[in-house]
Formats: sequence, C-alpha cells, structure tokens
Amino acid sequence: MDSRRSTQLIRRTIALLYVGVLVLVPLVVVTWKTVSPGPSAFWKAISSDQAVTAFRLTAEIALASVALNAVFGVGLGLLITRYRFPGRRLLSALADLPLSVSPIVVGLALVLVYGPVDGWFGSTLDSAGIKIIFSLPGMILATTFVSFPLVLREVVPVLAEEGIEQEQAARVLGASAWQRFLRITLPIIRPALLYGIVLSLARSIGEYGAVLVVSGNVSGADQTQTVPLLVGERVQQLEPGAFQLAFLLIVVTVLVIVLVFLRRRENESKHSEPPAVVLDDLALSAADPAPTALALDRAASNDAASNDVALDSVAPNKGGLR
Amino acid sequence: MSTVVEPATAASPARTRAARDASGAARLGAGSGLGLGVAVLWLSLLVLIPLAAVVSRGFSGGWSGFWDNITDPSAVRALRLTVVSSLLVAAINAVMGTLLAWVLVRDTFPGKRLVDVIIDIPFALPTIVAGLVLLAVYGTDSPVGIHLLGTQRAIVLGLLFVTLPFSVRAVQPVLMALDREVEQAAACLGASPFTTFRRVVLPLLLPAIASGATLAFARAMGEYGSVLLISGGLSRTKVSSMYAYQKIENFDFPAAAATATVLLAVSLLVIVGLDQLQRAAARRG
Amino acid sequence: MKPWRLWRRGAPLIAAGAALALAVTACGGSDDSSDAGASSGAGPNAGQSVAIVGYSVPKPVYDALQDAFLKTDAGKGVKFSETFGASGTESKAVASGQKADFVTFSLDPDMTRLVPKFVAESWNSDSTRGQISNSVVVIAVRKGNPLHITGWDDLIKPGVKIVTPDPASSGSAKWNILAAYTHTLAEGGTDAQAQDYLTSFFKNVVSKPASGADATTTFTQGTGDVLISYENEAIGAKQKGVDLDYVIPKESFLIENPAAITVSSSAAAKAFLAYAKSDEGQAIFASKGFRPTDKNATIGTVQGANDPSKPFPTVEKLTTITDLGGWSKVNKEFFDADNGIVTKIENASG
Repeated sequence: MDSRRSTQLIRRTIALLYVGVLVLVPLVVVTWKTVSPGPSAFWKAISSDQAVTAFRLTAEIALASVALNAVFGVGLGLLITRYRFPGRRLLSALADLPLSVSPIVVGLALVLVYGPVDGWFGSTLDSAGIKIIFSLPGMILATTFVSFPLVLREVVPVLAEEGIEQEQAARVLGASAWQRFLRITLPIIRPALLYGIVLSLARSIGEYGAVLVVSGNVSGADQTQTVPLLVGERVQQLEPGAFQLAFLLIVVTVLVIVLVFLRRRENESKHSEPPAVVLDDLALSAADPAPTALALDRAASNDAASNDVALDSVAPNKGGLR
Repeated sequence: MSTVVEPATAASPARTRAARDASGAARLGAGSGLGLGVAVLWLSLLVLIPLAAVVSRGFSGGWSGFWDNITDPSAVRALRLTVVSSLLVAAINAVMGTLLAWVLVRDTFPGKRLVDVIIDIPFALPTIVAGLVLLAVYGTDSPVGIHLLGTQRAIVLGLLFVTLPFSVRAVQPVLMALDREVEQAAACLGASPFTTFRRVVLPLLLPAIASGATLAFARAMGEYGSVLLISGGLSRTKVSSMYAYQKIENFDFPAAAATATVLLAVSLLVIVGLDQLQRAAARRG
Repeated sequence: MKPWRLWRRGAPLIAAGAALALAVTACGGSDDSSDAGASSGAGPNAGQSVAIVGYSVPKPVYDALQDAFLKTDAGKGVKFSETFGASGTESKAVASGQKADFVTFSLDPDMTRLVPKFVAESWNSDSTRGQISNSVVVIAVRKGNPLHITGWDDLIKPGVKIVTPDPASSGSAKWNILAAYTHTLAEGGTDAQAQDYLTSFFKNVVSKPASGADATTTFTQGTGDVLISYENEAIGAKQKGVDLDYVIPKESFLIENPAAITVSSSAAAKAFLAYAKSDEGQAIFASKGFRPTDKNATIGTVQGANDPSKPFPTVEKLTTITDLGGWSKVNKEFFDADNGIVTKIENASG
C-alpha cells in the first residue's frame, strides 16, 4: 500500500511540476512584466490611437468571421447530416481541412488567389476597384479560413443525433423548412452553436500568422494591424506596450476557457456521460475528423446503442491478462 | 405507416427508398440543392481554390523547379528542424499527456480543477502572445536565469507549450469511461499495478494517445507565431513556416509555395491518419 | 432554476454581447483618435492622406517629422498612414500594389524599381539627387565593448558572432557588405584580398534577419556579439534606451537614402517631402542620428551619439557608391542572384 501511495505522489508531483513550469511560470512572469511599469504605462499602451484602432479592427474582423462561420457551419452541418448526396463524406473531410494548415500557408494561399497583381481572381477584382489583400476583406477571409470548421464541428454531432424525428413530424404537420429550422432545429443546436461561436471568437481574435501575411502590416490612417499584429510590431520595433496588450489578450483567452469549461461541466452533469474533450474542439491547427466522420458513421449504421466512442474502445480486451 | 421513419426501425424497402433512408436523411431537393451549391462555392472560394493555388505556384517551374526549391540547403535545414522538433514534441506529449490525464482522472487533490483549466490556456492563446511569453521567460532577460534564446531546445519548448492539451484531452475521456472491474480483476489475480497498466489499460488507451500525439504533431509542423521570437533570428532555429514567410517577404512565391506544398502534404497525411485511427477506435469491441 | 445555472446558460451570450460592446466602444474611441492626427484648422491640404512606405529603420524620424509637419500650415489636417519594413520587401510591395504616396528606401535601386510606373522619372533631378538623408556604416557592440572591437579586422577573429541583415531583402545589408568589402580596398588591398575578407566575415555571421530594424531587435534580444548597422540606427537604439555602444571604424561607406513621392500622390505628400528636405526637416533627421545631406547644415546635440556635441565625426576613409561606379554597376557586380560576388561568397559559407 505504501509504495502505491508513493507512486501516486510521485506521479502527481511530476504532473504538477510539468504544468507549473510550462504554463504557470511564464504567465506569472508576463503578469509581472505587465504591471511593473505601472498603471499609467498600462493605460498608455492600450489607449494609444494605434491600440484603439487595433481593438476596433480585431472586433470587426472577429465578428464578421464568426458570423460567416456560424451561418456556413450550421448550413453545412444540416446538409451533411440531413441529406444524402455523392461526395458527402468528402465534403465533410474537406471542411475539416483548414484546422491543420499552417497560418503562413493560409496567408500565402489567399495572396496567390486574391492578390492585386498576380492573383488568380485578384487582378480582375483589383481593376474593378475591389481590394482584398492589404485590406480588411482579406483579413476577414484569412481569419474565417483558420476558424472555418469550429462551429461546424460543434453542431454536427448534435444534428446527427437529435431532432430528426421532431423535424419530420413537423414536416408532416405542414411546417415549412424555415419554420422547422427556427422552431425545432435551432433550439436543439443552440447550446452547441453558442459553444462553437465562443470557440470561433477566441480563435478569430488571436490569429496572427495568416493575418500578418495578407494585411501588409500597415499602421496609421489606413491601419491594418490587429491587436496581435500590434503586439508583434511593438516587440520587433523595440517599442513599449507589447506586454500590456498581450496581457489583455491573455485575459480574454482565460475568460473564454473558463466559459468553455463551465459549459462542458454543465453538459457533463446534464448527460451523465464522459465529458467530450474540452480542447478537442479548440484543436486549432490540427484535424480531428471524429465529430463529423463518426457522426456519419453512426447515422449510417443505425447503431443507437453505441453512443459514444469512449465506450466502444473500452470494451475489455479479453486476452489482456496473458 | 406514414413517411415518418424512426432511425432504428427498418420500414419496408419500398417506403425507405421513397424519400428518406433509415437514418432519416433525405435526397436533395431544389432548395437544399441550392444550399449545397452555395456552401460548396463558399468552401471553394475560401479554402479549396487558394490551397490549389499554392500547389500550382509551387510547381510553376515544373517538377524540376519544385525540386530545386525543396532541395535548397536552407529549406532542407528548416524542414529537418521542423520535422524532428514536431516528432519530439509528439512523443513527449504522448507520455506527459497520458500522465497528466491519469492524474486528472484518477487522483484527487486541492486545486485539481484549476490545473484542468490551466492546461488549456497556452493552446488557446494568440500565438504571438505565446511567443512573447516564452521570450520573457527564456530570453536574455530571463528572470529565472534560463537562457535559451536561439537554441533548438527553445523551439521544442515553445511547441510543447502550445500543444500541451492535445494528448491530455484525447486520453481523458477514454480513461474516464474505463471499466475499473478489469483492472480490479487483474489485481485480484496478482498482477502488479505496473503490469495491470501495461497489459490492460495501455492497449485500450493507445488509439487515444496516438490521436492526441498526431494532433500535436500537426500543430507543431505548422506553428509560426509562438516560435518566431524565441528563435533569435538564427538560421539553425528557423522552422519551415518561418522559411516560407521569409520567401514571401522576398516575393519569391514559387519557393514559398514549394515549402507550403510540402507542409500541406503533411497536413493531408495527418488528416487521413487521424481518420483511420478514429475509425479503428470506433470499431473496437 | 438555480442562479448559477442561469449564469452558465447565459455566459456565451454575455461573451458575445461583451464583444459587441467592445466593438461599439472602440468605434466611438476611434473618432477621438483622429483628433490627434488632425487639428481643427483648415490648411490647404486638410483632409488629404499620405501613405508612407519606408525601409525599416527610419520609423522614429518619420513619426517625429509627421508630428512637426502637422503643426505647420501645409500640414494641418493631413492624415498619415505608414508601413515600414525591409527596403527590398517594401519596394516590391509597392510594385505589387501596396498603397503609397511617399516612399523612402535604404538605397537607390529599390527606388528605381518603381520608376516610371509608380515614381516619376524626374524623382532625382533636384539638388540633392533625390537623397534625403545620409549615414555611415558602424559596428555596434555590447555595452563596454567587452571584445575590444576597434575595426573591421577584429570581426573576423574566431568566435566573434556577427549579426547583419539578409541582402536578399534588406538595404542595410548591402551597405554593410559594401563597407566590409571596400575597407580592404581603402587600405590598399586588392579585390582578391577583399573577397577573402568577406569570406571570413560571412563565416562569423550567425544571424541574417530580414531588415535593419529586425537586426537591431535580434541583437538587442541577445543574439550575437556585434551588429553591423547604420550609424543612425545605433544612435536611435541608444535613444530608445538599448544598452549598446558603437564603434565608427577607420574605413566606412557613405550611406545615402532616397525619398520620393509617387505618381498618384496628393499635394499633401509633395508638401511633406518638401518639409522633410527643408532645414527644419533636416534638423529633425539630425536629432535622430542621421547625417544631413547638406554639408553646411547646423547640427545641434544628438542624444545617443558617442559624443552628443560632436555626433558625426568625419570618417578617415569614406568610400562612396560613386567611387564604385554607381548602383546599377554595383548591384549587378556584387548582388546579382546568380553571379554576384557576394552571392557566391554567401552560398559558399552556407
């Protein structure tokens, strides 16, 4: 018994040390570097014209990107789970693709298509006076790209499991498609949708690499610097105020995580099944086709019993003891 | 009797063929067809066409042009650094992630919930903030006296920082749903805790561990903002994303696109690999 | 329903609402922000905008120039925007469509790339041949000069780690390399000896950041023992509080930076260029560590210089680009992507 206790303690210590050194120490250092120059330096850093414009830009881009992803996320989710058509599985896999693409590659990809000089569409658009790269629309595209599947991945599992019967009943009773959506589907997916929106918002606020490439990093009257870009510039130009802005972004991140955490705990107590992975959903640069692919699998196999991947993979391995 | 079909009920073949299949999915009508068209158009304009442009520009000099760009010594060095660091990070995540998940699921101590929340932070941070954070702690002004600026260790450290939760979050749910009876049976039969872990628990966790490690690998391959500052501008700490950015800055798009194509190929392989892993996990038992 | 459950339900909505509120507040804030840029008077150029695109190091001086210009009659009400980066990169960006009214680069070739499509052919037909500021190449060292660097030959000693930008994108890099190369010639050496020196030099280079400003940042954050840079950048760094010293070597190279307005620019841009070249403007350049183009200009004290009262000592052996036959010749001979002397040496040292 004693050795078991001590292994438990050792494990705990190693785990805590790892997390502490990797995460806590840096956060403490940054907080200290933010507050030690004092409150007036803090105020100056976040209230300068450049900073205020950066806040505004970030908010505009994030809201536009989240709105686009919510609309297309729900739309695609409905199409994938409620209809059958050739290429459905391919579409679902392609929709997951953006999560695993490097942000620099995202920026390059958009410049190659929408750039004003050589872009596939960009040169024509530019002569029509529509500026995408080096301008707000390009930044919105870049941010929308990197957070594209976040809402989709949240609503698809819910859509695949729930609401089908109610929708069909409503259909029989004569409700139009729009009414069915508003009255039945939307309330059912609302928690998942909001959750996906919060994730998408966090991602959109914090994007750096992709926006850096498409924006041209302009400050002043035609500023194209978002808050993360401004942090980067202040560091590179040895100007003060980088830590203060970064600190604000950290605070926003922590708020989002706490919200997500609370939402998951609520679902957990509601459904009394193992909580789905919290940050599985925030997998920002990696693909995890689990929600969409498995949802399709489940729908196809009619297997209402095996509701949860975790349970499936946990069935005892009978040969394990030898 | 009506066209309403419950998912678990097999109606007569004639009826199921009518409008909906057994799972309730319908064939496309006019409205939904249009919706699909719009969705596909959006996906193409936003994602598919731009990524195709990258591959196209990468091969704009034909296979020889692509090959020349890929085999450029700096490109090779950057790719080697990126792959080695990402593999290392995936491996470390596999081990530490499992350990962390174990502690979070099986252990109780004050502050456990706090640890659970903290784990998600570095990954959700804007990448440039993560980079600044690393520079503050491990740069030349390090308040803890650790100076790692411009070292490959620093790159690995940065990548570990942003990929911290991947394995943990993949393993956690599986561990939670584990049926303790088998472990207890093993203990009754005289197996040591380690043997129980090795022969009973670990095989069940392996798909989740692998999937978490793969996610970490994919994120690490493409990471930019968090390793930018700590790299110190040295060529030995330039990862592929930084190399591609440098080429973009110099308006050498074919070279940038060639490296980007390689990174994209890795992303695609990861997606396919993960898909296979998840299907294998779902089919078990 | 328990209150905390209600809270959890509503939390995402609150988050969305907070984001919206932030956007609205920020929108309100930005109206105030334009006051800093515009004064209430109605100057002749009020309301016009000037987009400055420049090489990486002169941001501090252009910030100061803007502040001063906005107080003049010609500058009242003008709106400025700016982007600074590696000289080559910014030049190519403008050539690719980045908006610019006022452009300034580290060296002439980055300007001539834009002629005649973006910059008029007559850009350098004025009294200063289109140049707006001068400088010299210096060697920046850690505070106290712990390695006792006195000149170029100390740099090729084993173990000395040099930071100098990448000539593929940076203008500063080219000036640095030319200075390193020609110092041998200035001492009576041959071209072969100069190339040998450059080879040893590159063996000691540990970092090649994309721009002059990036190089300063890289050096400041702890990489390397010496930084090769503009004199004005070393002074500027000291003005920002960076802990470094700089050595003006016996042999150096005269740096000349061009500036011009683009063909699509406003009258405000033209006025700004005139202001920058005026005595007032040049005094601001001097205060930030740039050597004025007019040799007879009066120079006050310059904080950050080795000797603030005599900030710009004469360099004993100063080579100029004219001595080497002009930039077209030099660019081809030294920096041609396939056959340039420097390209070959760089590739050899890996």
